[in-house]
Amino acid sequence: MAEPLLEVVALNKRFGGVVASDDLSLDVAPGELHAVIGPNGAGKTTLVSQLAGEVRPDSGSIRFAGRDITRLPVHRRTMLGLAQSFQITTLLLDFSVIDNVALAVQAWAGHSFRFWSNARLDPALRQPALAALARVGLQDRAHVITSRLSHGEHRQLEIAMALAGRPRLLLLDEPMAGLGPEESARMVELLRELKREFSILLIEHDMDAVFALADRITVLVYGRVIDSGEPERIRANVEVQRAYLGVPRGAAHG
Amino acid sequence: MKQLANARLVAVVLVGAALALQPLIALATGNGFLLVISTRIVIMAIAAVSLNLILGYGGMVSFGHAAYLGIGGYAVGILAQSGIYSGFVQWPVAILASAAFALVIGILSLRTRGVYFIMITLAFAQMIYYVATGLDDYGGDDGLTIYRRSQFGGLIDLSNKAVFYYLCLALLAATVFVIWRLVNSRFGLLIQGARSNDRRMQALGFPTYRYRVVAFVIAGTICGLAGALLANHTDFISPAAMHWMRSGDLIVMVILGGIRSLFGPVFGAIALLVLEEVLSEITEYWQIILGPLFLLVVLYARRGIDGMLGGEPHG
Repeated sequence: MAEPLLEVVALNKRFGGVVASDDLSLDVAPGELHAVIGPNGAGKTTLVSQLAGEVRPDSGSIRFAGRDITRLPVHRRTMLGLAQSFQITTLLLDFSVIDNVALAVQAWAGHSFRFWSNARLDPALRQPALAALARVGLQDRAHVITSRLSHGEHRQLEIAMALAGRPRLLLLDEPMAGLGPEESARMVELLRELKREFSILLIEHDMDAVFALADRITVLVYGRVIDSGEPERIRANVEVQRAYLGVPRGAAHG
Repeated sequence: MKQLANARLVAVVLVGAALALQPLIALATGNGFLLVISTRIVIMAIAAVSLNLILGYGGMVSFGHAAYLGIGGYAVGILAQSGIYSGFVQWPVAILASAAFALVIGILSLRTRGVYFIMITLAFAQMIYYVATGLDDYGGDDGLTIYRRSQFGGLIDLSNKAVFYYLCLALLAATVFVIWRLVNSRFGLLIQGARSNDRRMQALGFPTYRYRVVAFVIAGTICGLAGALLANHTDFISPAAMHWMRSGDLIVMVILGGIRSLFGPVFGAIALLVLEEVLSEITEYWQIILGPLFLLVVLYARRGIDGMLGGEPHG
């Protein structure tokens, strides 16, 4: 197998007495969709924060695209191609939808010490932004103020912003959170399509989506990896079922 | 909305015309004081517009912006006292000194957020204020009288009140134009994005801190120029110009006029200074009237005068 795109080795993070990451290791191969699941409090969010660079691990290392990024600040990681989408909607709510995406494009278009020409009229920013919106199906909403979008549209916009850069790995933190069944199905379709182009680390609660999409699944419990492997194997793992899938003790053996 | 947008256009045109006609009105009515107060309004409007760049567009609530009025003013005053009257020296020194102070203050204070940022900018401004009161060679507490206005070698005569007024007005127009270009540029969208959601902007790949520092320096620099104008206008500079209450006045102008609107701070500067004049004619305790008025604007017209005229805050 080729060298992994993302390689997390022996990550440890404590908050006081709470162990959020416990000797946590995982990797994402190029082209792979690797899903991380786990019950509430399993340390999924802390893992994302450490990968994104918002939280420093106590020990362990994170390598991305062949370099150690354990100590790089958030914006440098993004520029290496680690595109993050947030679990809780983290958008520029008072900007228009296309402004949000155009800023994502702008981040990749060299420095922004450009003080004079109108960035909203710059086709080099607007056209790629529109293209990214079209990919997620939001092109008709481009000029709406972002706060007026529905929750589902916010999730789509998150993806569009991740796509607008030059991502190598999409770090998606619960893209289905709060979506209705119909919106969820559409999001699964979108992810299935993105999967062909990008490596994805998917943190997700929606089991149907995870088993439908993932090449590999890692199960976290109390910050520790209790199992990692192909979906069939995870589905069959008794310990996983007990810890997470909610199958009663007796039934798991059947 | 269209009619309201037009109301705003009408207001801008009317205010612009009124400002442009001030020297003629002063001449016609023989009321010289009118031009004095108009000049002051225009200079303070420049300062308020510069503050709006960081306070409104950038979300950086600096409570020490008047410091640059003082720095610009003292640059002119101290050079004049040393026998250097050339505006070609005084003004660049005023601008560069303000920029340098803003750079240091910005680098240190922009590491903090919210209330801490407000307090740190206030603390820096008060420090500079107290340093100025200690400048015994330059009048200390009492301030420094400037006996000759900046000289621009025959190019322009600042001691002519109408000429000086039009220079200030032209600089105000230039400032508004520069801010307009700035806030719609890539740089401007970036600092507004950082106001809206700094965490997201960093996740998009922007090192926002350095851009915010640059915005802070631009605002301080423009305000330093206003300080140089103010010193020339009053032929005097004293620590009082950078007292924290002056910084508060600038914030009031921005909020009263309409935060994050291009012309809002101009409206705000006019409203505050005219009210101050008119109300202080009526009673010594004019602030008792002004206070509740400001409260009403904050409570019921969040976007200030510009908001009442139907202006939409940008992005």
